Amino acid sequence: MHTRGKAFIAGIFEHPTRKAVDKSVAQLHAESARGALDDAGLTIEDVDAYYCAGDAPGLGPLSMIEYMGLKNVRHMDATEVGGSSYVVHVGHAAQAIAAGKCKVALITLAGRPRADGMATGTAPRNYGDASPDVPFEFIYGPTVVNMYAMAARRHMHEFGTTSEQLAWIKVAASHHARHNEHAMLRKVVTVDEVVGSPMISDPLHRLDCCVISDGGGAFVIVAPEVANALDRDCVKILGCGEAPKNLMSGQVDLTFTGARWSGPQAFGEAGVAPGDIDYASIYDSFTITVLETLEDLGFCEKGKGGAFVADGNLISGTGKLPFNTDGGGLCNNHPMNRGGLTKVLEAVRQLRGEAHPAVQVKDCRLALAHGTGGSLGTRMGSSTTILGRADA
Amino acid sequence: MSARKLPAPPTNVEIQDFWDACNDDKLMLPRCGDTGQFFWYPRKISPFTLSGNVETVEAAGTGEIYTYSVMRRADPQYAIGYVRLDEGVTMMTNFVDCDFDSLAVGMKVRVVFVEAEGGQKVPCFTPA
Repeated sequence: MHTRGKAFIAGIFEHPTRKAVDKSVAQLHAESARGALDDAGLTIEDVDAYYCAGDAPGLGPLSMIEYMGLKNVRHMDATEVGGSSYVVHVGHAAQAIAAGKCKVALITLAGRPRADGMATGTAPRNYGDASPDVPFEFIYGPTVVNMYAMAARRHMHEFGTTSEQLAWIKVAASHHARHNEHAMLRKVVTVDEVVGSPMISDPLHRLDCCVISDGGGAFVIVAPEVANALDRDCVKILGCGEAPKNLMSGQVDLTFTGARWSGPQAFGEAGVAPGDIDYASIYDSFTITVLETLEDLGFCEKGKGGAFVADGNLISGTGKLPFNTDGGGLCNNHPMNRGGLTKVLEAVRQLRGEAHPAVQVKDCRLALAHGTGGSLGTRMGSSTTILGRADA
Repeated sequence: MSARKLPAPPTNVEIQDFWDACNDDKLMLPRCGDTGQFFWYPRKISPFTLSGNVETVEAAGTGEIYTYSVMRRADPQYAIGYVRLDEGVTMMTNFVDCDFDSLAVGMKVRVVFVEAEGGQKVPCFTPA
């Protein structure tokens, strides 16, 4: 069953906090939900489907539906694939709406790793001793940074990609973040500043990494008849794709991501090609995440990502592919270490013409949002959605 | 420079034989009995056929560095990486007993067994 044009994003909200010492995780979820429903012109009475991922406390939907007082839910999805979850939820909600299972789906994300003092990037992550990969990996000290660093190293080895080229991705994000009053890093940086920042795990420097932030966000996906009745600019969901990628039983290749498979699914359903995209939200946990994803989505040939991102090609107004015009995870916000949801939010702003005027893409008609979860260095989820204006 | 002490590896009934072999300085590779293909990481189910027909073969213990990264922010620093074994599968590891600045993609390495916390030996690699 294809879902092209069968569901719309009617409301969005990005929580403005970046350090939430005075709020609980559940509270941040609920405040984000309220913001997105208000934006759409809907209430909790209208919500008949709820989606969340591993950041939701307790039993996920069961806990949060009760906390928020959602009384009319008849469809739930707690797909947990890390930071890619919320772009997966876009597709699943569109499918559920197309199948007649629900009409108003609420998706939330929230967390407070800063307030809780979590060593997000540099402490080895253990997903539990029962996870079958953990005995053969955790002992070696895998951290978020060194896993992505290994992907970067191999990409450099095979394709000649340079640290300076990777740095351009941060530079572009910083050019956008300076216009976002909520962004954590609003100072424009140069290539020299990125490659001159302290090495965390070579070849990735501090400024190759995204920010660590508290906060959250939410969006509301509705059926066409609901969208038509709302006094709000709704964005049409044109295509979605999702894919796992892993170590392939020992045939390890860290130079590509699951976007190689999720992208064609989404483009195929939407009936468009990479060259048609006016704006792209690309998951940016690290600079290398963006570079490999752009190649895999087909914005350039495999191995040519370095040349593609260089010289400001991702900067809105000057580059060929404006990306992450809110500053992205690299400069704005990476709530609960999960950037998939905010990728959807900025794509919706661009299509509504509600991005900051300094970064708004002129006559933005087609946008792409891409999520990455887990690790480029081991196993990941990749999810892509293509969005268009209501008349697309 | 003192090296990072590796934590004791988790174990369970499916993989205890792998760790027991490490204590005898043997790196045992799982191989699908149906297709003859090696795979990594160790398990008793073949990821090629989902069958339980899995045998183990002692690896030569040699290979080359596929990629690596030195965790500069850690104290002590350590070098994590992947080694592509001569048998054709690639495994995560640490590089030990070497100058981290001398590491390179493609470098030939060989397995060494390092005692983790609690005494279990685990496979690491060093320049061949």
